[in-house]
Amino acid sequence: MTRALVLRAAGVNCERETLLALEQAGAVADLLHLQQVISAPSRLDEYSLLVFPGGFSYGDDIAAGRVLGFELRTFLGAALAGFVARGGYVLGVCNGFQVLVDTGLLEGVSARPSDRTIALTANVSGHYECRWVTLRNERSACRWLDAGVLWPTPVAHGEGRLMFKDEATLKRLEERGQIALRYVTREGASASYPELPNGSTAAIAGLCDPSGRVFGLMPHPERNVTPWHHPRWTRTAPRPNGEGLEFYRRLVAAAGAVNA
Amino acid sequence: MGQGAPDRYHATAAEHPRERLPALHLVLQGACVPKSCVLASNSVAPTAPISTPSSAAPKAPPQAWRVEVFRRPQVDDPAGAAAVAALREVGIGGVRSIRRGQGYLLSPELGADALARVASQLLLDPVLETARITAPGQWPEPANAAAAREGARRQRILVMRRRGVMDPTALTIEQVLQRSALSGAAVVRVLTFVVWELEPLGAGPLERAVLERAAREVFANDVVDEYFVDDEALHFDFPAPSAPRVVQHVPLRDADERELERLSRDGQLSLSLDEMLAIQAHYRARGAEPTLAELETLAQTWSEHCKHKTFTGVIDYDGERIDNLLKQTIKAATLELNKPWCVSVFHDNAGVIEFDQGWNVCFKVETHNHPSAIDPYGGAGTGVGGVIRDILGVGLGAKPIANTDAFFVGPADLPAEKLPKGCMHPRRILRGVVAGVRDYGNRMGIPTVNGGVWFHPRYIGNPLVYAGCVGLMPADCTNKSVEPGDAIVVVGGRTGRDGIHGATFSSLELHDESQVVSSSAVQIGDPITEKRVTDALLRARDARQYRAVTDCGAGGLSSAVGEMGAECGAEVDLELVPLKYPGLSPAEIWISEAQERMVLAVPQEKLAALLATFRAEGCEATAIGRFTATGRLDLRYRGELVGSLEMHFLHEGNPRPLRRATRPVIDTSDPGVPACPDATAMTLALLRAPNVASKEWIVRQYDHEVQGMGVLKPLCGERDDGPGDAAVLQPLPHSQRGIAIGCGANPDYGLRDPYAMACAVIDEALRNVVAVGGDPSRTAILDNFSWGNCKKPEQLGALVEASRGCKAAALAYQTPFISGKDSLNNEFRSGDETISIPPTLYVSALAIVPDVARSVSMDFKRAGDFVYVLGMTHAEFGGSQYFAQLGLSGGRAPRPDLALAPRTLRGLHAAIARGLVRACHDLSEGGLAVAAAEMAFAGELGAALDVTSLPLGAFDAARNDRDALALFSESCTRFLVEVAPESAAEFERTLAGLDWARIGAVNSASRLTITRGAVTLVDAQLQALRAAHQGGFKG
Repeated sequence: MTRALVLRAAGVNCERETLLALEQAGAVADLLHLQQVISAPSRLDEYSLLVFPGGFSYGDDIAAGRVLGFELRTFLGAALAGFVARGGYVLGVCNGFQVLVDTGLLEGVSARPSDRTIALTANVSGHYECRWVTLRNERSACRWLDAGVLWPTPVAHGEGRLMFKDEATLKRLEERGQIALRYVTREGASASYPELPNGSTAAIAGLCDPSGRVFGLMPHPERNVTPWHHPRWTRTAPRPNGEGLEFYRRLVAAAGAVNA
Repeated sequence: MGQGAPDRYHATAAEHPRERLPALHLVLQGACVPKSCVLASNSVAPTAPISTPSSAAPKAPPQAWRVEVFRRPQVDDPAGAAAVAALREVGIGGVRSIRRGQGYLLSPELGADALARVASQLLLDPVLETARITAPGQWPEPANAAAAREGARRQRILVMRRRGVMDPTALTIEQVLQRSALSGAAVVRVLTFVVWELEPLGAGPLERAVLERAAREVFANDVVDEYFVDDEALHFDFPAPSAPRVVQHVPLRDADERELERLSRDGQLSLSLDEMLAIQAHYRARGAEPTLAELETLAQTWSEHCKHKTFTGVIDYDGERIDNLLKQTIKAATLELNKPWCVSVFHDNAGVIEFDQGWNVCFKVETHNHPSAIDPYGGAGTGVGGVIRDILGVGLGAKPIANTDAFFVGPADLPAEKLPKGCMHPRRILRGVVAGVRDYGNRMGIPTVNGGVWFHPRYIGNPLVYAGCVGLMPADCTNKSVEPGDAIVVVGGRTGRDGIHGATFSSLELHDESQVVSSSAVQIGDPITEKRVTDALLRARDARQYRAVTDCGAGGLSSAVGEMGAECGAEVDLELVPLKYPGLSPAEIWISEAQERMVLAVPQEKLAALLATFRAEGCEATAIGRFTATGRLDLRYRGELVGSLEMHFLHEGNPRPLRRATRPVIDTSDPGVPACPDATAMTLALLRAPNVASKEWIVRQYDHEVQGMGVLKPLCGERDDGPGDAAVLQPLPHSQRGIAIGCGANPDYGLRDPYAMACAVIDEALRNVVAVGGDPSRTAILDNFSWGNCKKPEQLGALVEASRGCKAAALAYQTPFISGKDSLNNEFRSGDETISIPPTLYVSALAIVPDVARSVSMDFKRAGDFVYVLGMTHAEFGGSQYFAQLGLSGGRAPRPDLALAPRTLRGLHAAIARGLVRACHDLSEGGLAVAAAEMAFAGELGAALDVTSLPLGAFDAARNDRDALALFSESCTRFLVEVAPESAAEFERTLAGLDWARIGAVNSASRLTITRGAVTLVDAQLQALRAAHQGGFKG
């Protein structure tokens, strides 16, 4: 049984659908406030999956994910590094991805946050945007994801454009198998706006760390779980659930193998 | 990352003795920037007049660290590019590029090392950004010096909030510094500002007048912002303290009528002479003068906003006496319908109906018109924040699960020269209110799922903003009570001078007001504080840690505490209220409308637990007094009594006004319905018309997916671009029962015939929810009136008519009103002319959807399916889009057949509930042709329709063209319905006895054709229809 911890702080607002998706995917999921973990970091030991859900942590003030990222760096840096080093899985969705990027956890466990080479910044459109897009699982260090699969997911963000320090960063991420998800057209071809909703470099929608256990993505798989989430469900045959559930099932299963 | 950082700095603050430098500026850089760029080029002298403080101005730089964060030169800057475009739109050219910087002022308690750490670890993205730092009391490096390093010339405009206006980012930084101990023990004060650096296109600098205009029209809103052109002297002080904190008495016992009126006017009390006389009589009997706090409390409680004096007063309607219009019409309908599923109507902060399995849903819609006219962004944002607090404050509190919004604005393409003085351009207003709703709703994690935009020239000076919120609550949380002895606890935001006399200020002439008045009347929301309130409140609710809750809205604490304690009494120690800054008088604390606050009644034995719950969420909660059994409202400040009022006089003492109303003159002229020589071109023109065209640019900026309850989204179809009729949500994960949320409004009908308009917009709201699967027998509706000045008899007469229309329609459809709101003084004076808004009734509908799996969207689904029209078409073109295109006035406004319409809705619902309907779209603005076009392009399927058999009411064929009537009439209670051939027989049986006709079929051709027999009326490619619909204003 996978035990998942969903971490919240002021402004986190996707905990409902995230908990529902995790539970439906077979996990036992708890919701804790950041302060509860800061005051007892050993609570992380109870879990094999740590989830930073979407929202506007601290209002996205300064920059999306910055303040929560700062707090994690300041108060839980070692605890998080230890959690990952022990084989724990970490998922950051949307604002959670922005937080993960800010902590430097996606750079690889040894990197210091100040050496960060990855950034998420304002969409090229200049504003927040909510729409459904198509993702393609890339061949990556995330072996729990089925490479090549196309699946629909909603995005809803204003700062989802991935940018890198330099060309070498992108090359390194590719070589290490850290590029896990790309925006594509419905048919799987290379995407431009609006299928690529934010202008992300190389159309990247999700990244993992070199181990494949720390994973962040801008889209919201937990908002494509019920039979009726998809905006075109009225145009298709009845479906048992949304494609996002499969994402969580695989993640929960992979994290469940940690303790086994 | 502290230990890794310093080697990247060119210098730290400590290494730069202040006296050696004209300005102390450090440049923090991301990791990859070459050292050469990092040099703070003290040797570069300023080359342009900009940015060197004028010697004439004895200004001083702020006594604060100044950190300015910019994107690195090689990183593109979408905000800067958008600013160039925005300037161009208002006719300011000559700008090559703009870059935006984010500025921070931090108080000098923060040491140099700590400041460097804060800048590099918190304020800066090390990959994309650089920072310039200036020490307290120093002038920043001249912009041109910095720019010269990059081979550019730049001129600066700085924008920051006026003193005392909410700055949420600054608050967040102050709080995180406190938590992190980065600032040591020192409490650091923070303000933020925005830097716009403009690079001129030509050789010379931009003229100062041009920069001033850019600041005024694009970068700053004078009411809430201060801007600095060629000036670096940002403010860093607090708002000036106000009146001395002593008991102030207002001498009115001996005042004559003139003096009473003057007191009301000068004190911004908005009390009428009758009301002032009632107060005078009360205090004469009491043998004392009122204190300022007492008078303010009475003014707030008796305000139109809180008391709805017009709606609940006495009206002389051409000799007919109407005692309490609200009670006689809207409430009467609800009372008469007496639906058992109506749980709580009209007396709480929102209407509550039964939902499912021990859960109720509630709905409230608010108007926020005048604040939005002055500051669209802040006004709309705080409107959203306010209605969310209504939902948090209904019963013991509900969880907000959906927002709605509606805007009524002037034409987006209004030529600049036609803009009246003192008005913002409708474009700017619309963008501002959209951004305000977006930034508040999205941050709260509440999906914005339904609404609308209506354009009309009469809204230019007085736009309307409606914000709605739907909540979900356990059924046993519907009731609240207050017991004497309970602690009065205020939670959430701190109290400042925000919003004092907001309501009265907004009715004064704008732009002539002093900075002090305007900065207090208009507010900026702080959604993250409200999110904390939500998180803490719902947890405290589930632990039953309080007995009652209400929101702090208009009137602030005075209204909230006054209402909660109305039946028992209350005493408050005003010095306990947490303040944003010092210097508020007791009366100001008491009536401040500062946002994001709520008031709880907490049993003393639960107080400690409640305070702990809020503390755990980082949300301030403070006991400020207690409820009593004295029947009095007692206000103290540091032990001194500053006000004492009998609750009875406060709530019942106001004289009821008598207003005169006269029956509105209904223009019965009818030009007839002219033939349309090219119905295809007309259909395309109608799709492009502002009130029909796609609002996708707005919808996409709202998170309509958060919380994961969505079943039908605002946009439907193969390319997600079809305008859905209503949203459907599945609030409980284990139940397939849903709710549908829809709305209706039509100011053009309102101008023709207010009674008909009321019926028609109720019909429209109901059509919308029924079309998606809502059950008309389980539908509640909300009324929101925005009207012109109801002291004018003809305006009030129109209100009487509309209210009577509401009653008749609600009774006919069996749909009770559960909540409502009115805003009755919407006019704008421009020169000698006063322009009233059109009578605007915005109706919202909330329907139960028995099974979300049976929800129906509006896009055509499958070639070969039949298309039916349901409902009768009449020659009703008054206020229609067709007439607007032809420039015609007159004509009868659409009015539903109240005997037949409810049966039509029930019949359609029965068909949907049986799964017989593939697609359904209501016919509204633009009529049948527009609806058919929307269904076709949304489904990416063609259709061939023949209107020969369309059910038509009687009409004078000599004056009305049959084809135009069929295609473009806006008669009520009509739908286009797609039905699979195999379901057709049962569908037709289900609709037996109603008006319907099968008018064609869906096909796989990529065009829509509408014919009458052999005559082709409309023949258009789907792509052309889609392009037209997408061809409107796009923000």
